[in-house]
Amino acid sequence: MDLDALGACLTTPACVVTQTTSGLIVGMLLFLVAAGVTLIFGVLKIVNFAHGTFYMLGGYIAYTALGATDSYALAVLSGALAMALFGVVFERALISRVYGSNVLMQLLVCYAVVLIFDDVVKIVWGPEFHAMGMPPAFQVPPLFIAGGVVPPFYAVLIGIAALIAIVLGLGLSMTRLGKTVRAAAINSQMVSALGVNTTLLFAIVFAVGGGLAGLAGALAAPVRSLSPGMGFSVLIESFIVTVIGGMGSILGALVAALLIGMVRGFGTIGFPQFTDGLIYIVMIAILLLRPQGLFGRPS
Amino acid sequence: MKARPPSTAIKARPALRDTAIAAVALIVVLAIPLVHRSPAFEDFIIRLSAMALFATSLNLMVGNTGMVSFGHGMFYGLGAYAFALMMQMTNLSLPVAAVLAVMITTVVAFCVGAICVRLSSDYFAFVTLAFQMLFYSIIISWQSLTGGDQGLRGGLPRREIFGFELASQLHLYQFCAIVAVLGLLALRHISESPFGQTLRMIRDNESRASFLGIVLWRARLSAFTIAGAFAGLGGVLAALFVSGAYPELADWPNSGQAIFAVMLGGINSFLGPALGAAILLALNDVVTRFTEYYGLVLGLVILAFAVVLRRGVLDFLKLALPRGPR
Repeated sequence: MDLDALGACLTTPACVVTQTTSGLIVGMLLFLVAAGVTLIFGVLKIVNFAHGTFYMLGGYIAYTALGATDSYALAVLSGALAMALFGVVFERALISRVYGSNVLMQLLVCYAVVLIFDDVVKIVWGPEFHAMGMPPAFQVPPLFIAGGVVPPFYAVLIGIAALIAIVLGLGLSMTRLGKTVRAAAINSQMVSALGVNTTLLFAIVFAVGGGLAGLAGALAAPVRSLSPGMGFSVLIESFIVTVIGGMGSILGALVAALLIGMVRGFGTIGFPQFTDGLIYIVMIAILLLRPQGLFGRPS
Repeated sequence: MKARPPSTAIKARPALRDTAIAAVALIVVLAIPLVHRSPAFEDFIIRLSAMALFATSLNLMVGNTGMVSFGHGMFYGLGAYAFALMMQMTNLSLPVAAVLAVMITTVVAFCVGAICVRLSSDYFAFVTLAFQMLFYSIIISWQSLTGGDQGLRGGLPRREIFGFELASQLHLYQFCAIVAVLGLLALRHISESPFGQTLRMIRDNESRASFLGIVLWRARLSAFTIAGAFAGLGGVLAALFVSGAYPELADWPNSGQAIFAVMLGGINSFLGPALGAAILLALNDVVTRFTEYYGLVLGLVILAFAVVLRRGVLDFLKLALPRGPR
């Protein structure tokens, strides 16, 4: 524990800017993954344990696509689209068979997919770490805000994630599809009885969730290294975000993801050895005060 | 002692039968090395005894009470660390250290349970997972006590107990087999007792159980605490086997292993989790001999169970054979 360092950091604008930026990066990437988890849970009542796998595969596919096309934008796009497609296939081929069975069966199916694809990644890309490297367009001097260093790629990344948060929020509240999704979250049988094709709706929800996770993986690839099993820690953190924010709430996921990001950003200064522990403590504390999460509906 | 009314005598019979089965099983397991010594088989039984206790204790919550805990590995790891630390740092004899380790696990399980059992099922699963990850990060970061990510190395002092010399593989085998069979028997009695019936009632209909005057959180907390204690006992055996304690014992995938064991064997059969643990261990031993892609094979096996059988082996047999094995 190093509270002096934390205090010193909080009084230095440069340090605050740097740590806030790194916290925002963590938080925004986490939000993209967690938004899918919470959306899928909200509508289908399925806890998707394979969501970290979507994130991992998104990163690897973007890595390969970058090698093939030399365009980072295309790489990100292909990572996201491939995972949207993967999400649909996953939902149709496996998850649709365990709707209505108990949570453990759903967990098993998802975890089997996690195990399988961790090894598939090892077979295709090898067990070693891969570094994608910063795309050439972003290899420019960093921005300085109040003395703090902000690489331009970080700023763009935060911007993209924020844009998606807005689009997702507006889409859910304003569009017809969004309203149908929200209705299905409350009572999907009734929505089906009213003539909505819920099979299609569920597939769309999985496509959006998978696509967001793939996007997050592709966006994260230049800042983090790629390795088999990299989805796991993201999975756990996105669950924490989902649970803190309230399962099924997109706004909750955003707030909780930023909270976790900030705990990470500043926790590394104050509690370098115990940042993970700090996150679990935050989660336990919030759940004790509000068992349904910050923005969740009491069940 | 008063003569028992006939009805309790009849009810006492299943308990006798279970004890007899356990005795026969124990005698068979203990007799095998007298006929044929096979280090690989003995290793397998030692690991199985730890894993079977772990998985069966988890099933007291999952199958009996309907509480899906993702963080059960915490108590397995805690039992192992508490035992290994006491053996290394004090001069306590092995049984005393083992009993103390189980007691510590019990107390911690009670405290964690007191916080978790009132949560609804999805949140229960995640909060137990969070506690486990918190425990795991404490192990990793408290290097001076736990050795951090290297684990507790340097081995356990091999003290003799009751003529058992645990450095000998045969004696360790016998010790683990006895502890595991006794532990499973105790769990069997608990799950067949009125308390066990109460847990199943809560699983099937908690509102009705509540109307009948059962205090739900108290029964759940008892189940959580008992399950934690037996997982701790499993952890003690695991520490004996690895001669130390490693963070992996308390890590998430280990909880996952227990959940798979429970599901592969069958949640509605008492011996299901133990059988599932045996299947998992055997699968691990066989598959890793042929390929390094154990996860791929395990994943496909699990998928086959979940999508095709839709239940564990013993539960499947129970349905397939009328009046089949329990």
